[in-house]
Amino acid sequence: MSETTADAHGAHDHHEGGFWSTYVFSLDHKMIARQFLWLGLIMMVVGGILALIFRWQLAWPETQVWGFEWISDESEGMPEGYVTPNFYNMAVTMHATIMVFLVVMPILVGCFGNFLIPLMIGARDMAFPVLNMLSFWVAVLGAVIMTAGFFVEGGHAASGWTGYAPLSTVPEYTGVFMGQTLWALSLFVLSFSSLMGSINYITTLINMRTEGMTWFRVPLVVWSLFVTAILGLLALPILGSAGAMMIFDRVFETNFFNPAKGGEPLLWQHLFWYFGHPEVYILILPGMGIASELLPVFCRKPIFGYRAMVYAMLAIAFLSWIVWGHHMFQSGMNPALGSAFMMTTLVIAIPSAIKTFNWLGTLWGGSIRFTVPMLHALAFVILFVIGGLSGIFMASNVVDIYIHDTYFIVAHFHYVIFGGSVFALFGGIQYWFPKMFGRAMDEALGKVHFWLTFIFFNMVFFPMHILGVGGHMRRIYNPMQYEFLQGMQPINVMITLSALALGLSQIPFVFNFFATVFRWNAKWFRVLIQAVSALVVGFIGYKSVAVMFEGMMEPEPSTGARIAGTVVAVALAVWIYRYLEKSMAPLGADAPQNPWDANTLEWVAPTPAPHGNFGPTLPVVRRGPYEYSVPGEEADWAPQTETIDPKYAEAGH
Amino acid sequence: MMSWLPENISIEGEEIDFLFYVSYYLTVVVFIGVAVAMAYFIIKYRAKPGVKAKYTHGNNTLEILWTVIPTFILLVFILMTQTSWAKLKLAIPQNPHVRVEVTGKQFNWIIRYPGDDGKFGTKDDLVLDNQLNVPVNKQVLISLKGADVIHSFFIPQTRMKQDVVPGRTIPLWFTPTKVGKYEIPCAELCGFGHSGMNGEMIVHSEADYAKWRKKAWEEKDK
Repeated sequence: MSETTADAHGAHDHHEGGFWSTYVFSLDHKMIARQFLWLGLIMMVVGGILALIFRWQLAWPETQVWGFEWISDESEGMPEGYVTPNFYNMAVTMHATIMVFLVVMPILVGCFGNFLIPLMIGARDMAFPVLNMLSFWVAVLGAVIMTAGFFVEGGHAASGWTGYAPLSTVPEYTGVFMGQTLWALSLFVLSFSSLMGSINYITTLINMRTEGMTWFRVPLVVWSLFVTAILGLLALPILGSAGAMMIFDRVFETNFFNPAKGGEPLLWQHLFWYFGHPEVYILILPGMGIASELLPVFCRKPIFGYRAMVYAMLAIAFLSWIVWGHHMFQSGMNPALGSAFMMTTLVIAIPSAIKTFNWLGTLWGGSIRFTVPMLHALAFVILFVIGGLSGIFMASNVVDIYIHDTYFIVAHFHYVIFGGSVFALFGGIQYWFPKMFGRAMDEALGKVHFWLTFIFFNMVFFPMHILGVGGHMRRIYNPMQYEFLQGMQPINVMITLSALALGLSQIPFVFNFFATVFRWNAKWFRVLIQAVSALVVGFIGYKSVAVMFEGMMEPEPSTGARIAGTVVAVALAVWIYRYLEKSMAPLGADAPQNPWDANTLEWVAPTPAPHGNFGPTLPVVRRGPYEYSVPGEEADWAPQTETIDPKYAEAGH
Repeated sequence: MMSWLPENISIEGEEIDFLFYVSYYLTVVVFIGVAVAMAYFIIKYRAKPGVKAKYTHGNNTLEILWTVIPTFILLVFILMTQTSWAKLKLAIPQNPHVRVEVTGKQFNWIIRYPGDDGKFGTKDDLVLDNQLNVPVNKQVLISLKGADVIHSFFIPQTRMKQDVVPGRTIPLWFTPTKVGKYEIPCAELCGFGHSGMNGEMIVHSEADYAKWRKKAWEEKDK
């Protein structure tokens, strides 16, 4: 870190910007991080509602979706709340597109990458603050284009988030015109946003680590974001190019992908998955990083196998480029390639296994504190294990013949992306919230949110393995059209009921988030939070009992079931209400500088961190990031700026 | 969980089921191991007053062990799989008993049977929509073609699935072992009619198959 840059920033410390330069076109990495967080959370609501709409259709095909009956019967998509097949395909497509590109990437990479990298390596900001700002606003432009697709004639893209050609490139095959073009254009624009972010992260990390912050003292979450940025730098241009080629095929009548005119449909799949598999790791690596960060803090113990963790991530980054063919085992690609891709795919399972064992090693001998971030980190580990193990089935090209394109795949990637990335995301938000917003989210509300989400996540996605084993195809509009699937319809109903519960389970989080950010701690508001959370749990309890009595397929519960359900519902509601009444701390109270007793540099910075992050001088790093419970030291933690007994100085390396 | 698998009715499907079971037991054992260890650690090492965490940065022997052992297991798994893969995908049968050509076209399977000359594209071909007739215990070789977008030909009970790509002819073969009717859904999103794109495979006994052939060609010539 050069002193001149530090001085230049130092001069800005007391510079009060106006509204526009502070909140809108901010150059401060922390503000840009918060902007990405808002973008991601808002889009998460859109993506989640789309999921609930198509889940409704799967459980109760061709009935009016509750809450959407008011739509005019002239609507193309949902006349009077009935889901049409094209709307169903669109909902499936856009749920995935939004969740991947406008929720998980903006939050895990955009928000945490921006917020954590400068703070944790002791830098005053990103290397290129203007590029950083552009990266956010280009992402917003991408989000606007993506959202615009919902309002054009013919509806939004409906060819799956993978956009397989020629379904996606010849408008007549879907009846979708502008929508699919806007989809491709949006991905093209979003790829630039990610590219700008990646360049910034990489440059910052290489050049701006503070004195003493050697590569092997860099926290693992920052390592994970570094590796993610490298993948982004190399992968996103491929997506951008593929998107551009799709636009050319659709608008300028080129024929890259249209076989009717000499094009090659598999070329799209190769391009998409050559981007797509590194993309999978872009989504999960930051999650792994967050888990690796939270586990040592709440085990009060150094991370197990720091270097193994770093090498495993580097191995994943390299191998992720040579596994894409496992998405294409049944695509018509030369089957001899299938053998090669199966081998590389199972090789990439090894670094993931190493990481899992090291997380277990970190738990071993710890002194575990079960805070909300820790609960999320633990959930991450076990859910990632399930997602990783189910991957073995489809990595085997032979087994994949049967389970390809079934719900087994859907179960697998939701365990990785929701069970992995999204749980890490919630854990990360709760953990860094005090530094991000200067106040801590409430632990009691966080626990209610965590347990509801954990239970219903599993109830939604675990049974999908069973559907997949039964042969249930992905992306079908109405499973009742198939005799061999009709016997499994109760599972579909259960999944949808659980999905609705999973949606409701996010209410405590929303309350927690807003109440903390805006310091809404009035008595009536606290009562409202308690009452609504209790109602959510009570309602879920009532429905669960009704289903247990009557089975999945019976819409009207009997009197006995109603009474039992009411008793359970009241008991649960009272329990939650009283628990929150007793345990909720004052919402939005100022957080201490280092609420978790953590070592890393972001907790050395004042709360809230000012522009420039650290005081007049930058911190100097004298120990590794995870030196917890060092023998001979009184406290079980010490900031990275403290010297360490030379006896242990090398142990961390 | 594996009891949810539909009944397998093809010789080739046995290979897939066997590896499915291998994957299942392998992953279940690993999962139970990890889950038990994790639960044990979580309970045993919960924060207790006065107890400090162990100060350790790892253990190289362990790192090597948990790298080498999974590598070895996965290597065996890869080797077990590859012979099956070659049998199922690379060794195209030279003398199949029945040849059929199936074309995926939004939103139907168009099924073409050769006449007595055994050749496709001649006058005596029989073309049916969504109905695949095959004899039991005989190997069937299907040539898959696409007319518009990508579809995926799937018969759950034979465990067979293969994407159908316009511009290519892709072989798929299996030997049904049980008389009956089975569905042929499309497994790859192919447009608004994707759901419900569903054919029927009728597996006849040998005598019935001969009868069906006779009758079908008679009707065609009418």
